[in-house]
Amino acid sequence: MALTTYVEAIRQGIWEEMESDQRVFILGEDVGIYGGAFKVTEGMLEKFGETRVIDTPISESAIVGAAIGAALLGMRPIAEMQFIDFISCAFDQITNFAAKNRYRWGAGVPMVIRGPSGGGVHGGPYHSQNPEMYFVHTPGLKVVAPATAYDAKGLIKAAIRDEDPVIYLEHKYLYRRIKEELPKEDYVVPIGVAAVRREGRDLAILTYGAMLYQALEAADVLAREEGVETEVVDLRSLLPLDKDAILNAAKKTGKVLVVHEDTRTGGIAGEIAAIINEEVFEYLDGPVLRVTAPDTPVPYSPPLEEFFLPNKDKILKAARQLAAY
Amino acid sequence: MPRVEGTTLPASRLEDEDMPAPDDALLLRMLHSMKLTRALEYRIERKLYRQGKIVGGVYVGRGQEAISVGAAVHIRRGEGEDRDDIVSPSHRDMAVFLMQGVPPERILAQYMGRSTGLTRGRDGNMHMGDLRHRIVAFISHLGDSIPVAAGCALTFAMRGTDQVSFCFFGEGATSRGDWHEGLNFAAVRRLPVVFICNNNQYAYSTHVSRQMRVGRVSDRAVGYGIPGETADGNDLLAVYGRVGRAVGRARRGEGPSLLEFVTFRMTGHSAHDDAGYVPKAEFEAWGRKDPIERLQSALLRRGLVDRPALAEMEARIESELDEAVAWAERQPYPEPEECLEGVYDEGGPGAGGGPQGESEAWR
Ligand SMILES: Cc1ncc(C[n+]2csc(CCOP(=O)(O)OP(=O)(O)O)c2C)c(N)n1
Repeated sequence: MALTTYVEAIRQGIWEEMESDQRVFILGEDVGIYGGAFKVTEGMLEKFGETRVIDTPISESAIVGAAIGAALLGMRPIAEMQFIDFISCAFDQITNFAAKNRYRWGAGVPMVIRGPSGGGVHGGPYHSQNPEMYFVHTPGLKVVAPATAYDAKGLIKAAIRDEDPVIYLEHKYLYRRIKEELPKEDYVVPIGVAAVRREGRDLAILTYGAMLYQALEAADVLAREEGVETEVVDLRSLLPLDKDAILNAAKKTGKVLVVHEDTRTGGIAGEIAAIINEEVFEYLDGPVLRVTAPDTPVPYSPPLEEFFLPNKDKILKAARQLAAY
Repeated sequence: MPRVEGTTLPASRLEDEDMPAPDDALLLRMLHSMKLTRALEYRIERKLYRQGKIVGGVYVGRGQEAISVGAAVHIRRGEGEDRDDIVSPSHRDMAVFLMQGVPPERILAQYMGRSTGLTRGRDGNMHMGDLRHRIVAFISHLGDSIPVAAGCALTFAMRGTDQVSFCFFGEGATSRGDWHEGLNFAAVRRLPVVFICNNNQYAYSTHVSRQMRVGRVSDRAVGYGIPGETADGNDLLAVYGRVGRAVGRARRGEGPSLLEFVTFRMTGHSAHDDAGYVPKAEFEAWGRKDPIERLQSALLRRGLVDRPALAEMEARIESELDEAVAWAERQPYPEPEECLEGVYDEGGPGAGGGPQGESEAWR
């Protein structure tokens, strides 16, 4: 069977949902003729027509606001942000309208906002951001970040079927680098459930997105070189977080390292450390450590971006420090 | 795919303007700026990018040079900070940087992520600024520069100077809420801003008919109660005249204007885009209206230049760029740890502004 790339998995997921549910439609900049800046919507215009594959003006607020309106009346819109960085232009619609509707007046907003996030491709400060925490801090939203092609497809389907607004962060570094065999039959990956990618008893690394692969590489080195068995947990959902998975990993290993590409202050690692601290402190054999990007914008020049991004070596260093406790 | 016809342009003849025609020296200077701009962009897009020496995005303004040049020539410079104008270029306004005195080699270093690029490697391509050159850096988020340009003009108004804020953008950016908010604010306060739109008819792959229902971007001015004008963006003299008039209005305290220059993006959106969605005939038609060719033949007809003089101008540009490229390639990358510097004011060199790390005063 042919291998499916991460980007193709997203495309397939959307495609299948559009085929099976007439309410699903996609709107965004250049999603039609061009097939999307990263080709996620390639072929959709021909297949589903202009009423369901909508090229919009450069108006992120209108894109999201229109999606909210359509969702209120029973549609299932998927709003594409050409780069996730531009989601900031729709911040008010997302955090104040979409997120608070159900709570205020019982009107749910089943919609997906998706777009390419993350760095590693020399995109500079405005084409590389990890905006998750603006939204994780907003009750009423859900935030997911798949790392595998299987999850990319399963989570986009779950997001489209979800009754609430979901921010779906696809990592552009993974688009064409990650591929795997996908099942033929329909499946979803439930939102709010983490996945253990590697079993281990000595140490746990909690991560998501492109950093999963750095963590797995580090875990291999740790096993090979110092016999440290590392459990690697892929969070997949950041809101809601899979607390059970987090606490289980902490209880099982007593040593937790949280790794993310997002910047440090106010990153999800701090939240995870606090949860562990409050609930399973007595199981810990060392402090919860963080490997994250530093508190700067994402720089462009290769040596700067390399310094900025977490990687296998930085994870190894922290893991060794933690293992030594 | 429904398409609206291109806007019908009013005849643009310099005689219509209450602007003095540019003298011979100025005409030649503008021709040189257009040629230099195109040659520099050619190096970047067709050479360095393809050789893998530029790792980030590349957007060029080929075919649109008359707009940046015909407008930027009106930016007042070098007469002190209470006299200097300020400019917010878009991502297709290379000429603005050159005309504001940014040396080509610094621009090349910027594209190549070197430490002597204008952003010291922090950002790439045209995402650069330098207040010593009176340039406000472009931000990717289209339309965000418009309220900022209004804020610059607000400062001029508060200080009671006759300075002008120049603000460039594409037609796509006029769909953003920030664009409308910035225009309205400038209009309400009668701020000295000249809003300059390059309507190259495509925003990435999106044709202008999918971007707006009005036939002209300049029609948007009506909603804000400011003058709006449309002219041929491939006609340097038309641009020169229209911008000159708007600058005059702004300096006299008569408030902002919205100028639209209709042109064509003679490339894809960026270096990796082959523009397959643009009908070939459009490239051919607009290729025949090339702004540089047009000015050049006018100047040849008038006997202001001859072929050997043009050849010499081009040769000089090429050798200047050879040197600039060689210089840029010799420049070091920033040290990795510099990643952490300059998020906040750290005192010392570069204090109070930007990553240049040079001690000249900023403001
Ligand atoms: C708010 C925002 N949304 C999307 C983008 C992605 N994007 C970059 S350039 C571009 C098209 C710009 O068109 P236009 O404003 O007409 O300028 P042109 O490139 O044609 O000069 C788009 C959609 C962006 N930079 N900012």
